[in-house]
Amino acid sequence: MLNTKLKVGDKIFFSGTIYTARDQAHKRLAEAIKKGRRFPIDLKGAIIYYCGPTKTPKGKIIGSCGPTTSSRMDEFTPILLKAGVAGMIGKGSRSQEVIRAIKKYKAVYFLTHAGCGALLSKYVKKVKPVAYKDLGPEAIYQLEVKDFPLIVGIDARGNSIYKEASTKIK
Amino acid sequence: MRIISAIKIRDAVNDLCLRANLFLKEDILAALKAAYLNEANKKAKDILQAIIKNALIAKREKLAICQDTGLPCVFVEIGENVKISGDLKKAINKGVELGYKKGFFRNSVIKDPLSRGKPGYQPAIIHIDIVKGNKIKLTVLPKGFGCENKVQLRMFKPTASIVEIKKFIVQTIKDAGPDACPPYVVGVGIGGTADYACFLAKKALLKNIVHSSGFIVHRLERELLKEINKLNIGPMGLGGKTTALAVNIETYPTHIAGLPVCVNISCHALRSASEII
Repeated sequence: MLNTKLKVGDKIFFSGTIYTARDQAHKRLAEAIKKGRRFPIDLKGAIIYYCGPTKTPKGKIIGSCGPTTSSRMDEFTPILLKAGVAGMIGKGSRSQEVIRAIKKYKAVYFLTHAGCGALLSKYVKKVKPVAYKDLGPEAIYQLEVKDFPLIVGIDARGNSIYKEASTKIK
Repeated sequence: MRIISAIKIRDAVNDLCLRANLFLKEDILAALKAAYLNEANKKAKDILQAIIKNALIAKREKLAICQDTGLPCVFVEIGENVKISGDLKKAINKGVELGYKKGFFRNSVIKDPLSRGKPGYQPAIIHIDIVKGNKIKLTVLPKGFGCENKVQLRMFKPTASIVEIKKFIVQTIKDAGPDACPPYVVGVGIGGTADYACFLAKKALLKNIVHSSGFIVHRLERELLKEINKLNIGPMGLGGKTTALAVNIETYPTHIAGLPVCVNISCHALRSASEII
């Protein structure tokens, strides 16, 4: 797995498949896992993007699609990691529990350009809604991305970029 | 009496929603460019550059600056010599819906905070004020919730010092940390009642970030900005000199027993647009 090679602060350009999921989709996925129900996407090795895009303007592949605040997903993240999620993309800090789970499951947390949804839409090549369509912008979309810009926020060893940034304050 | 039709108001709100969400305000863009030049940190520079590029792409391609096109807040100042023909609130909400649909913006509004339900476009949060004159001023502020979630209110004792108040404001920014899309614009409401201080803090975000205010307030704004920018949160929270672009303070008379202070944070994509009819 590529995860263990990535170090906190690394800047990478990702090409491949990612799945959007934010608050309500997380709640549903976590519930499905807990109750042993089937869930709509294969979480093994999946990369989850905390994102709820705008509607798609005519002639575009996707609308504005930047990251939402990751910490709101914290309570669900360890369950998803246990189910096989390999990485998450979002913005902002994570809880200690999430950092511990990332370390335990050798996952990785990426940051991407916060508040730059128009810019990030340029890296999305294909979009397909795959689950929870009733949630509208909170549905799960499968995105094919090319050279999507990411910064490693928490690596598989549990090192966090924000801890480093904040220690400089003192 | 001047008669203004609700349809005119609807159409103006429609336009303002589009303008606010597609075109980053000139003062914000200028502040971001200045911050880019001022930063020495390479990471911070790169991130600011992406933010500036994002604004240019949004404008050129008519894409929302941010996918969180917010909970639309609409501020209405109605001249007392104006009579509106039609339903004002309906017109505003309809204008919001039309503008958001036209711009392919996000339907982020749910009808019930507890049962949630399917997201739609309205209602907007509407603030109405009666002022002198025979015109109507409309302002649309699409407020993203990544930053709205970081609002804090504290009811200080009337004997509290400026130092304590400053500490609370700076701590609010520290608590928001990297989560609410820094660099921030900080709106502060001081005075009034608890609810009014919150309103003032939001209203402070409408001011051009290069503005003039009274001497004491202006000094406080400057000092706070300096202190906040020492926090080294920086663009995207990765460190740097630019944690906030500006601090705007609005004040109002208050009660002898109190001193309410509310801090409302805006992400770097502070969007608003105004029109006078």
